[in-house]
This record gives sequence, structure tokens and C-alpha cells, in this order.
Amino acid sequence: MYKVKVYVILRESVLDPQGQAVTHSLNSLNYREVTDVRIGKYMELTIEKSEREINEVVDEICHKLLANPVIEDYRYEIEECVVQ
Amino acid sequence: MKFAVIVFPGSNCDVDMYHAIKDELGEEVEYVWHDADTLDSYDGILLPGGFSYGDYLRTGAIARFSRVMQEVIKAADAGKPILGVCNGFQILLEAGLLPGAMRRNESLSFICKPVELKVENNTTMFTNSYEEGQTITIPVAHGEGNYYCDQETLANLKAKKQIVFTYKQNPNGSLENIAGIINENGNVLGMMPHPERAVDALLGSADGLKLFQSIVKTWRESHVVKA
Repeated sequence: MYKVKVYVILRESVLDPQGQAVTHSLNSLNYREVTDVRIGKYMELTIEKSEREINEVVDEICHKLLANPVIEDYRYEIEECVVQ
Repeated sequence: MKFAVIVFPGSNCDVDMYHAIKDELGEEVEYVWHDADTLDSYDGILLPGGFSYGDYLRTGAIARFSRVMQEVIKAADAGKPILGVCNGFQILLEAGLLPGAMRRNESLSFICKPVELKVENNTTMFTNSYEEGQTITIPVAHGEGNYYCDQETLANLKAKKQIVFTYKQNPNGSLENIAGIINENGNVLGMMPHPERAVDALLGSADGLKLFQSIVKTWRESHVVKA
């Protein structure tokens, strides 16, 4: 069994209106040292072992559904865990 | 001409679309549920607005994998007219039938109001009843209509005249004021404004009706009437 943590975030080249709004809000709270905020998504997947390589499966899932490659990048961390 | 209005869980402009075709355009139309496994009996496919699958993950991201979408792709490949409005446009983008993606509106607000559009290309099967450069008024209603694509894609869209509608005053931050684009083959149109909500002057505007009339006109020209 694997626990997979997936992070999806808008690409650097794509303007993030939500992140900008939060940056402005932080600045107006006097955190003037905050120059940029980018908002993304965090997902936790539980995946059973199969005959396929886990990295390959996760890459495929991210590319197909979890992220939109036109505007988003993703990265993930895989943790193997023992089933009780 | 017989139209299909595809209904996903969470579609909410399906009834308006049906009404526009049946009552205002006077053509045949049926609702088709998202798990349908054929669209062979339809001449035109309409993907209505709404919040399919609650907009979970990303707008259109889950609807794009419903069974009927395989059939929509098949119909697109066969050259049938496919129109995606609002959430329908977002689904077409996610499905890769049109290039680019939608971001949240620049203002982060949901925008619901009539807007002025410019008809940039009146040589498509969806716009040949409009004048080139004509200004039309059609309502928008969306939170994610901020169109984006990379520079290379944009150059392609321009070179092939695939930008069909632009906003006269950009409501959402959309790249190059883009409101609607068509695929290279010219049979798949996606647009954020709702032409199906502008089919009766009594309700504000009838400027959307010509879009549906264009589709029918083009279809009739290429289909010999059977005696």
C-alpha cells in the first residue's frame, strides 16, 4: 500500500488571481515582506500495490486528471506503508 | 435537423438550450444523459452551461471522462457541429477538443450580466448569419471564464482565424479578450457567453438566435432534402 501526496499548482507563467488577492491582503495586514502567494491544491491518495510501477501510475493519474498540464504543474511524494 | 443537449449531473442551462432549439429555432431536440453510448442519431451536439460534477477538481475536469464524451469526440471527428457554452466550453477544453484552459476570473467574482461581443469571424458554420465585426449582446454567467493559452497556441489561433468572439470590454481577464474559439476543422465552437439566453427580444436580446440559425443553415446546405 502507498500513501501518495500530490501537490498541484498553477504554472509560473500563469497569473494566479487568488494568490494575488491573498498577497494584497497580507500586505494590507502589514506583512509587507510577502511579495507573492501562489495557491494550489493538495491531495492524498491511497493506492494499492499492483504489477505496475507506482511512479508510472501516479504520473499518469496526475497528467490525465489531477492536474491540467496547460496551466498547472504537479509534484508528488510517495510513502510506502504497511497494511495492518 | 436534430440536436442533442447533453445533460451532466450539475448542468443547469440544459432547459434554456432545449427551449432555444425547440421553441425559438423550431428544430428537433432531445436531452441526452451523460452515460449515453451513442450520438449517431443526432446532427448537432450542444454542451450546456452549469456546474457539472460540482466543478470539483477543475471546471469540466470530471465531465470530460463521462461516457458520452467519447461519443462527442467521435461526432467532432465526423465533422458534426459541436457547441459548448460556458461549462460546456470548459469541458471541451478539458477534453482537448479545443486548446487552452480557464482560470478564475481576474476579479475572483462570479460575473452575471449582458456583455457586448464582437464577431471576429463570420465565416464559420456558427456565425455565418452575422456580419463581420458586428457587435452583439449576449449574457455571461461564470466564475471561471478567464481564458488562457500559451503564446504559440495564441499565434496559431490568430493565424487560422479561430478566435470567433471577443469581448468589447473584458469582464474576466481573458487573454486577448477571447470569448469564444473554434477548432481548426471549424466544427467545434466553445464560448463563455450564453447564446441560448439571448433568443427573445422580450427577455433582453435575440442576438444569440442567429448562432443557432447559422448552424441549421449550414447543415441544410450540405444535406439534400430527402423527398
